[in-house]
Amino acid sequence: MNDMSPTDIVGDYQEHTLELYKHGTRKVYVTDIETPFPEGKLIVSVVDLDGNITHANKAFVEMSGYQENELIGELQSILRHPDMPKAAYADLWQKMAKGEKWHGYVKNLRKDGGFYWVYASIVPNVRNGEIKGYTSVRRKPSREKVEEHIELYKGMKNEEV
Amino acid sequence: MKKYNITVSPDFKPDKIAGWYIFNTYLQQAADISLHLNLYDGFEQQRKAIADGQVDLIYANPFDAAMLVNEYNFKPLVKPAGANDECVVVTSADSAFTSIDDLVAGTKIAATDDPAINMIGMRMLEPANLNEDNTETDVVVSFIAVAKQIMDGKAQVGFILKEAFDGFSNMVKSRLKVLVVSEIDVIYHGLMAAPSLHERAEELSNTLMAMNTEPKGKAVLEGLGFNAWEVMDDEDAAFMIDLMETLRS
Repeated sequence: MNDMSPTDIVGDYQEHTLELYKHGTRKVYVTDIETPFPEGKLIVSVVDLDGNITHANKAFVEMSGYQENELIGELQSILRHPDMPKAAYADLWQKMAKGEKWHGYVKNLRKDGGFYWVYASIVPNVRNGEIKGYTSVRRKPSREKVEEHIELYKGMKNEEV
Repeated sequence: MKKYNITVSPDFKPDKIAGWYIFNTYLQQAADISLHLNLYDGFEQQRKAIADGQVDLIYANPFDAAMLVNEYNFKPLVKPAGANDECVVVTSADSAFTSIDDLVAGTKIAATDDPAINMIGMRMLEPANLNEDNTETDVVVSFIAVAKQIMDGKAQVGFILKEAFDGFSNMVKSRLKVLVVSEIDVIYHGLMAAPSLHERAEELSNTLMAMNTEPKGKAVLEGLGFNAWEVMDDEDAAFMIDLMETLRS
């Protein structure tokens, strides 16, 4: 996956290098600017078995800061924020491999370096008995849960070092 | 001629009852099929009829789509064009609440027994950390009864189908305050056929899709509150079922 471009970033930023499972590394630039979750909406995407985005609804496109054509075919980890601990994704992929539903609080990265928090639910798309991909739906999280997860993930990140 | 049973999700608006009877008559003539319209008072009665094999064609609530497709092998045929199921979460116009975030545990909710609207409504309360366990729900018979509960101060918030809310009088609307309106776009009712009608599914879909192209069909659609039917294929239904699954908890 391509590195982020510093010219797309809005505001002061910090540089990080992400290690993406099976997909090498990605240089990202992050700011402290949070975008609030749009009231009443759901952010919806579908990925194939390799994690490539095959469908993104309007709210997904708007919140990501990318154009739709920059997202379709790209890895879902284009939204991966360096504050997210690896263990959170390990749990997700374990559940997915077993064909189970996953829920979790996620800090997503925008194209402009900003971020937004979501409560995500992911289900396998079973068609004729086979898993063909995954549907991910993100809802507005409560602020209390977000604050809890900021601390939780900080601790998990420290343990990674 | 074999007689088939058609039914409609019990959350249809009362002023559309005549419209569904007229639709039933129209479809029998247009598709040369014998249909008997059975309307059920509630979702449980309707689900029992489905389980007993007494439903061949159903205008189904999105909440029941997974059960119909996965357990009873119903096939989606059509959905009303542009008519999504969205939920308006309201409070009283003179309430101190100005957003969902203001709500607290113990909130009393007024709702109907519409399972899709209730599920969407509960998900809209999550930003205030509210769920089925720390709220109390009063189930009433209609969306206007939900509004009345709010106006009478018997509940703090109410879940109302957007289409029903839009049809309320200005007097009723003026006594309610909207906290949030869902904009999900991909949850909708749909007409589905039981295996007993699978061999006629394509023919029925074609008849339904052509309704808005001739005056009589157009008038029947108007009686149901739609402009046209749109194709609802297996993948449309599967996508909606997956999405509903993510909202179940």
